[in-house]
Amino acid sequence: MPQITYREAIRHALAEELERDPNVVVMGEEVGQFHGAYKVTEGLLAKFGPTRVVDTPISEAGFIGLGVGASMLGVRPVMELMFWSFYSVAFDQILNNAANVRYMSGGQINCPIVIRGPANGGTNVGATHSHTPENVLANHPGVKVVVPATPYDAKGLLKSAIRDNDPVFFLENTILYGDKGEVPDGEIIVPLGKADVKRAGTDLTIVTYGRCVIHSLAAAEHLAKEHGVSVEVVDLRTIRPLDIDTVLASVAKTHRVLIVEEQKPFASVGSQLAFMIQREAFDELDGPIHRLATIDAPAIYSPPVETEQLPNPQRVIKAALEALA
Amino acid sequence: MTKKTSTIAKPKADATAARPDFSRAPVNAALTPAQKIDLYRTMVRIRRFEERSLRAYQAKKIGGFLHLYIGQEAVAVGCCSLMGKHDHVITAYRDHGHAIAVGMELNPLMAELYGKITGCSKGKGGSMHYFDPTRNFWGGHGIVGGQIPLGTGLAYALKYQGKKGAAMAFMGDGAVNQGAVHEAYNLAALWNLPVVFVIENNGYSMGTSQARSSAGELAKRAEGYDMPWGQCNGHDVYEVRACMDKYLTLAREESRPSTVEIDSYRYRGHSVADPDNTYRSKAEVEEYRRTKDPIQVFEVILTAEGVLTEALMEKIHTDARAEADTAADFAEASPYPTVEDIQKDVYWEADHPTERKSQGRLFFD
Repeated sequence: MPQITYREAIRHALAEELERDPNVVVMGEEVGQFHGAYKVTEGLLAKFGPTRVVDTPISEAGFIGLGVGASMLGVRPVMELMFWSFYSVAFDQILNNAANVRYMSGGQINCPIVIRGPANGGTNVGATHSHTPENVLANHPGVKVVVPATPYDAKGLLKSAIRDNDPVFFLENTILYGDKGEVPDGEIIVPLGKADVKRAGTDLTIVTYGRCVIHSLAAAEHLAKEHGVSVEVVDLRTIRPLDIDTVLASVAKTHRVLIVEEQKPFASVGSQLAFMIQREAFDELDGPIHRLATIDAPAIYSPPVETEQLPNPQRVIKAALEALA
Repeated sequence: MTKKTSTIAKPKADATAARPDFSRAPVNAALTPAQKIDLYRTMVRIRRFEERSLRAYQAKKIGGFLHLYIGQEAVAVGCCSLMGKHDHVITAYRDHGHAIAVGMELNPLMAELYGKITGCSKGKGGSMHYFDPTRNFWGGHGIVGGQIPLGTGLAYALKYQGKKGAAMAFMGDGAVNQGAVHEAYNLAALWNLPVVFVIENNGYSMGTSQARSSAGELAKRAEGYDMPWGQCNGHDVYEVRACMDKYLTLAREESRPSTVEIDSYRYRGHSVADPDNTYRSKAEVEEYRRTKDPIQVFEVILTAEGVLTEALMEKIHTDARAEADTAADFAEASPYPTVEDIQKDVYWEADHPTERKSQGRLFFD
């Protein structure tokens, strides 16, 4: 099976969907002539032309609002945020207009948009460029939130996202763009809302998503070798809709839970998970639910310290051993 | 149009001064008597609907905000009467006039105010969020200026799909100071999108007069984006049509955006919760009502044209009152949505379970 990068996997999904559906338009800052700030869209302009691959000014509220309006008439815009951190300047368009228009119209209007781009820290760009808004986004009924960790999932989930009739927010990770993984050529679809057990285990369930899946798998490997501990890693892949059943099934097997997330702790995705696990699997738990999150401060610039602010394999190992104690 | 220097609303163009005869504009000269009466009737229906909804609000039948369109009727009616098959409308929260002008029935509009399931948005949107995609009406939006990028997107879709039409994106005079509006202006001009940005200038953004909130002339800001722009009086439905026809044609025929500022006035407060006694004088309201009321102005014109008789006028008003009363009765008699309805119309997928492709929980307790 061919090995391709996470970046290429997203590019392949975009190209295949542009090919499949003439209503799909890729739009964003530097997505065309510049080949994408992170080269995700490289080559798409040459292949599909400027009507399908549209360079926008630095104007997130403008072009995302435009995409929402166009989607009401059947265009299916896939809009790139150079960083998801910039969602704040388009907040009204994303979370008042896209999220609410179906509801406020009594179901008369669909908003089949995708907004995609990286949402992560760890690249020493300071607090303004390091936001992880999946919890904020998922707090809004009407939207879907996707957080792929691997090239295979990135491709399969993005194709599902583009075909979805609801607004889908697709959160990538700049640090994963170069990661390789096996992805078959051609059509693969990963349904939204289906978690994936990335590693089976019996002693502890780690519930995680995005780059923290990679950290958790490295930690699980270490824990197995050095501590003889069997860790199950559940990758949510989608935050909303949420596949809580796969999480609960794992908890029923291991009886101990560690949530790992690149979120600030207060009202994070993990907070919601912990609530649901205690509510729905209380009798399965042999101990309190543990959580490893980003250290609670704006993203620090200092490169070696930022690594310690975020979850990393060493911090996961430490947290896992605490959860098992 | 006079640039204001005072802190009160700008002086409106003098209705008695010599003005072009807009009845001779081709778009008006082509109207049949029946079509002229229709324009008049629609304005009257808007006013009677608004008056009836105010009574319902005062009787505590309606919650939330109620932004009345009384005084501005000729703007929505003039603009929307020019719509063709591929023309679209989006507006802000003072949206009742546009909804009626595009042809929505009064019953579902009134029922929406009452929060009933028979409302045009099933009681989920309220006064500020009327929608009817079947009539190319895309809301009804609550955040000042937030609908303008959406309206630009409607124009983008028309162009992308190769349809010959135009989008009218309405906003109030306060919206021109919002960043989203300027981002939309730039995109529309940069990409030559067929949109007409319509500024309904009623002189006040809530309680702040134009002089206290906006530098320069509002429509003129379009020049910064190389967009054509125009201004007209909004109390004369003929003038509104004559002016808008030019810019709609520019959009449809040449795919060029423009900005049109239509001078208007609201008789009521910003919303009915507005005491309306802190920022303008009663005399100012009365002066407008006396000299520039859009319904009276059109009555005078149509009477002079021999199109409208006293008897017909009376019948139109009586019918409109009855229609508004019927709408209120309909709203009153309609059921509220149920608690089960709260979670409908949130996700397309949840509303189409047999076509659902995603898995997992969409809703949470």
